Amino acid sequence: MSENEKKPLLKVEHLKQYFPVSQGFHKIPLKAVDDISFEIMPGETLGLVGESGCGKTTVGRTILRLYEPTAGRIAFEDQVLFDSGELYDEEGNQILDEKGRPKKGRRVEVNMLPYRKKMQMVFQDPYSSLDPRMTVEEIVGEPLDTHHLYKNKKERREKVLSLLETVGLNAEHAMRYAHEFSGGQRQRIGIARALAVNPSFIVCDEAVSALDVSIQAQVLNMFEDLQDKLGIAYLFIAHDLLVVQHISDRIAVMYLGHMMEIADADELMNHPIHPYTLSLLSAIPIPDPETARHSHRIILEGDVPSPLHMPTGCPFRTRCKYATEKCAMERPPLTDRGNGHKCACWNR
Amino acid sequence: MTETENIYKKRQILSAQIDLSKFNKKNFDKATDEEKKQQEVMGESSSFLKDGLRRLRKNHMAMASIIILIALIVAIIVIPMIVPYSYSDMITVNGHRDGTAVNLPPMYYSQRELQYMQETGEKLFPHILGTDSLGRDYFIRVVYGTRVSLSVGVVSAVMVLIIGVIYGTISGYFGGKVDLIMMRIVDIIYSLPDMLIIILLSVVLNARLTPLIKGTVLAKLGGNMLAMFIVFALLYWVGMARLVRGQILSIKNNEYILAAKAIGTPNGQIMRKHIVPNVLSIIIITTALQVPSAIFTESYLSFLGLGVNLPMTSLGSLANDARATITSAPYRLLVPALVIVVIVLALNLIGDGLRDAFDSKLN
Ligand SMILES: Nc1ncnc2c1ncn2[C@@H]1O[C@H](COP(=O)(O)OP(=O)(O)O)[C@@H](O)[C@H]1O
Ligand code: SF4
Ligand SMILES: [Mg+2]
Repeated sequence: MSENEKKPLLKVEHLKQYFPVSQGFHKIPLKAVDDISFEIMPGETLGLVGESGCGKTTVGRTILRLYEPTAGRIAFEDQVLFDSGELYDEEGNQILDEKGRPKKGRRVEVNMLPYRKKMQMVFQDPYSSLDPRMTVEEIVGEPLDTHHLYKNKKERREKVLSLLETVGLNAEHAMRYAHEFSGGQRQRIGIARALAVNPSFIVCDEAVSALDVSIQAQVLNMFEDLQDKLGIAYLFIAHDLLVVQHISDRIAVMYLGHMMEIADADELMNHPIHPYTLSLLSAIPIPDPETARHSHRIILEGDVPSPLHMPTGCPFRTRCKYATEKCAMERPPLTDRGNGHKCACWNR
Repeated sequence: MTETENIYKKRQILSAQIDLSKFNKKNFDKATDEEKKQQEVMGESSSFLKDGLRRLRKNHMAMASIIILIALIVAIIVIPMIVPYSYSDMITVNGHRDGTAVNLPPMYYSQRELQYMQETGEKLFPHILGTDSLGRDYFIRVVYGTRVSLSVGVVSAVMVLIIGVIYGTISGYFGGKVDLIMMRIVDIIYSLPDMLIIILLSVVLNARLTPLIKGTVLAKLGGNMLAMFIVFALLYWVGMARLVRGQILSIKNNEYILAAKAIGTPNGQIMRKHIVPNVLSIIIITTALQVPSAIFTESYLSFLGLGVNLPMTSLGSLANDARATITSAPYRLLVPALVIVVIVLALNLIGDGLRDAFDSKLN
């Protein structure tokens, strides 16, 4: 591998996203994403899984700066897009000054417009993600308009049609409204819109979750084909490990706004370490009844705690059967267990 | 009766369940080729506006209302050119004021007019609705009254539209602190007793404006009328602003807004291309309904003597003047009242028709 290829396309460090939520008269922060770091290489797919409400969507939207991050650092292709200025040491601990306050560096907020051409998003809901008053041509043409990607009307139309062709639709579809299409076709329109600016990175936020299983496979295959052809990197979000395991090069597992485990896809599926990942894996239905009978299932008990009342220490401890006293005292750091397999747990 | 048919019959009378017994083969005809073709044509959509207009054209009530309203507008423009009487002055015969032409019933001539016609053999234009107690032709007064009332309605609706839409869009779109402050201002204006404010402002503004507009076209309408426009502009946009904001808050949550942001579409463009078209139906209806509501307000202000300056008139003041002669000449009340009803009804039907035609969620 050459030096060039090793550089990450996207680098997220200590990302935090707190939403102020009113509770009676005062506002308290809802820690939707709390201190998450990861990297995505060019042309790579990082799967992001976790139960619904754990902050996956928030991660995706925050790295595109659709939400302004509360803290952290986002860098894309060597350019820092956002940096709240907090400083961290080698071990990832925040550097404090003499008075115990976080030491601050320079704050960076770049104009995102040029990066909107490079980072795109495909949304979860194929219904609400397309404007009901626009035809497919208008929808797919909008990014072309915004970034002035054509010289004349004819070129614009040609581009739209070729984009539709790329996602398996045809010219006949261009004049129709989105509500005339099925869920799978709508999702293709959304993908064509994301591809219009020729991005090198796409956040796919549960892009297939709302679709029928048979359609899911088609759309997933299309994502893979597009990656092969265009070398796009994905952050592929899903609440279901099954969906991400085939498409992902690496998989990250989130719980309550925290990163629990991250590893190569095969490694994570075959040698999971974190108790939460174990329970997610054992929730996957096993097609062969014989194997299923012998496999030992870990059923998750209890509900996910509210992100407004985060447990002390390890966020997973209220549902973890390995939990010890230490887990309640201190939050486990995400440590490398070899081969880039990282896990945040005291006892495994 | 077979077993299966029996099962179908078990449906409760009041239940909303579909009556399966009706689903016999014989109840369903195969679509003819023509119908199939129609289906295809329906699916072939060209543009949002074209589609909407096509649906609007199919709505007979709305189309009839549009035709009636257009006819009415043409009438109030053309009629004063044909009818030789003035809305403001007593009937004159041969250059002399005709004192006998007071309170004439419809289609009657006064004694002097009859005399004049006999002497010269000339045929005078009939007093279609008779004359009022000051000897003025009532028909032409109704025409002028309609002119005034409609323009009050339209002008104030346009002002409400412009201010309300801009204000509501900004407030709803930016949300947060901007929204908080902007909506508190709306609340304050909303909580003012509007009639009281209108009366106070009319009095104050009237005194200020009258000298300003002396000698201009506006003087004909009078300071009162201008004051009324200003008051409408100041007070009545808040309802529209609230409505638009509420709609925008719900539209804003749609992922297509987020998608537009991810694309990099500028805020103004997002508002114009994604938000305003989606609140258009509600804006159109509210505007259409604003016209009659302004006509009503104008009417009772006229009743309080704060309406248009005499001798100019409006439908409201005509109706109010007619109260004095309600037993002897009830038609003087009925005619302006009828015109108001026709205008209001037509605008309501048009508003409904536009909503049905342009709200794609209903299709
Ligand atoms: N705009 C917002 N304002 C307040 N809370 C939010 C907002 N967006 C998300 N949240 C909260 O943040 C948490 C994570 O949400 P989300 O990122 O949508 O989770 P996921 O995509 O994993 O289902 C949830 O508790 C959700 O209620
Ligand atoms: S740190 Fe403790 S509570 Fe958290 S996952 Fe590990 S064992 Fe369970
Ligand atoms: Mg989500």
